[in-house]
Amino acid sequence: MDQKGDSIMTAHYDQQPVLEARGLVKRYGSVTAIDHADLTLYPGEILAVIGDNGAGKSSLIKALSGALVPDEGEILLDGKAVHFGSPMEARELGIETVYQNLAVSPALNIADNLFLGREIRKPGILGSVFRMLDKKAMEERAQAKMKELGLMTIQNISQAVESLSGGQRQGVAVARSALFGSKVVIMDEPTAALGVKESRRVLNLIKEVRDRGLPIILISHNMPHVFEVADRIHIHRLGKCAATITPQTHTMSEAVAIMTGAMEVNSDSAAA
Amino acid sequence: MSSANPKPSAPVLDHDKVADQAGSGSYVANFEAKDSPLTRFKKFLHKYPVAAPTIVLILAIIGFSAIIGDRFLHPFNLSLVLQQVTIIGVIGVAQTLIILTAGIDLSVGAIMVLASVVMGRMAIDHGLEAWLALLIGIGVGALTGLINGSLITRFKLPPFIATLGSWNVFFALNLWYSKSETIRSQEIANNAPLLQWLGETVSFFGARLTYGSLLMLALFVLIWYALNWTAWGRHVYATGDDPAAAKLAGIRTDRILLSVYVLAGVVCAIGAWVLIGRIGSVSPQAGYTTNLDSITAVVIGGCSLFGGRGSIFGTLIGALVVGVFRNGLALAGVDVLWQEFTVGILIIVAVGVDQWIRKGTA
Repeated sequence: MDQKGDSIMTAHYDQQPVLEARGLVKRYGSVTAIDHADLTLYPGEILAVIGDNGAGKSSLIKALSGALVPDEGEILLDGKAVHFGSPMEARELGIETVYQNLAVSPALNIADNLFLGREIRKPGILGSVFRMLDKKAMEERAQAKMKELGLMTIQNISQAVESLSGGQRQGVAVARSALFGSKVVIMDEPTAALGVKESRRVLNLIKEVRDRGLPIILISHNMPHVFEVADRIHIHRLGKCAATITPQTHTMSEAVAIMTGAMEVNSDSAAA
Repeated sequence: MSSANPKPSAPVLDHDKVADQAGSGSYVANFEAKDSPLTRFKKFLHKYPVAAPTIVLILAIIGFSAIIGDRFLHPFNLSLVLQQVTIIGVIGVAQTLIILTAGIDLSVGAIMVLASVVMGRMAIDHGLEAWLALLIGIGVGALTGLINGSLITRFKLPPFIATLGSWNVFFALNLWYSKSETIRSQEIANNAPLLQWLGETVSFFGARLTYGSLLMLALFVLIWYALNWTAWGRHVYATGDDPAAAKLAGIRTDRILLSVYVLAGVVCAIGAWVLIGRIGSVSPQAGYTTNLDSITAVVIGGCSLFGGRGSIFGTLIGALVVGVFRNGLALAGVDVLWQEFTVGILIIVAVGVDQWIRKGTA
């Protein structure tokens, strides 16, 4: 896949952000999980979100994927204010989330999983009256997507997902998000459960999805992975964005220092 | 195992090869090639849940025809087996739907008997048209399913406990509403023959099939279609397989569960109609063993009690396996208690096989 140096060229920072969060606040009783947090995602980029445990990054991500409704602040999608009451609503607007715990159904096959909850029915009376699934169309689209993402070495689209390795299952989850995500893909710790070799393939897959034009928000604890694939890195600390840096301008230890509060950054100057 | 390695061995870097063999998983690994015959057989059973019960059924038929001979293989005897499993088959359809969602329904037999009593009393005591009595009975089936489903989805009761309770409640209601009295066959034949219609037979080449058996087969085909060719069916499997993942995929799992319990109630009420056809009368004491027999058929049919795995036709095969064993042992002059013994062994073996299949491949 392409190198760090080129990948930054694919992002478009002069364009309107795809997804923007402004002044998000979420309180649980006396605890403030999100404290006036901002986040900006530009077209064609991988934005990594890092932060210590308890920094509020998962709350922020939940707000962006519709799993949590913020108390204050606004979320803009393509410049327009949007409001999600549930993950389904976010999904309908083109924001797909790949969950950490590999949310696939093991006994169902790859094509079934890709289209789970969004099945295609046959045209005409078979589909409208008899509710018949168009298995052929789904298999063909699944096949095409897997091929496009370089996953076609998974030989049989009708094999059960449980016969796949962890990385391949993650591949199925990513393919599903790429198939339906028209605006943004959010990935929550996609490599956390995987071995070294599998992680490599998933990272390549993430870059592949980005190169096909879908911007990605990547949540990860793994600094080498973040520094390898991210175009920009959003560092979350104490419920808000402490800085947005790039792998070119900062080192990993600087990122960790910002994350833990050992180093202060004027966040505007750091971002691209 | 070591002799022929059919994996395409293009020049691969050494460390890649090592990583492949270490099983860290890779996109180039060929899944079928490196298995032993036993593992392949296991995967075959895993992929085709109907295979194991079908093999048992075929072996049983071969075995009994060798021991008993023509008397067993006669079309009349085989159609008798089909008649004997008809009620278990219909109720097994309902039980399969529920077990696929990782639930269990102990009240299916009680729902069936309650619905049959409602059908009988509506037609005979209240003098309603027979078709209307049937519809009301089916409505009662749907209502009981709705109660079970609500207990499980709204109040989050475990299905085992919820249906253990409703089993007793429905059975008590049935005794109360029927006043523990049987409606005699002759009375039904005179006033509402439609209720007994499913007991009538048609002949094919010496085999005598009841309309009830044909209806059972039609139900299997219908539910098979719904499970395999509609989005609803995929969602039933996904809900039973991993409810959390199904929810994240946007499936409203509670609605799926509720629909499954209601449909199961309706199928049990259809079973009530079949029951009246089979025994002719309406008895509040009939079909008391149907609960456990239906679970037996589902389990022998290869459905996993953990949900999400199994085929509806497996239940038909499972019911036939039980029917063939009972019929064969009876014809061979074996005491009834050994029939029960054999069915017990079959259940244990079936669940053992399911565990074995799940262990290595899941």
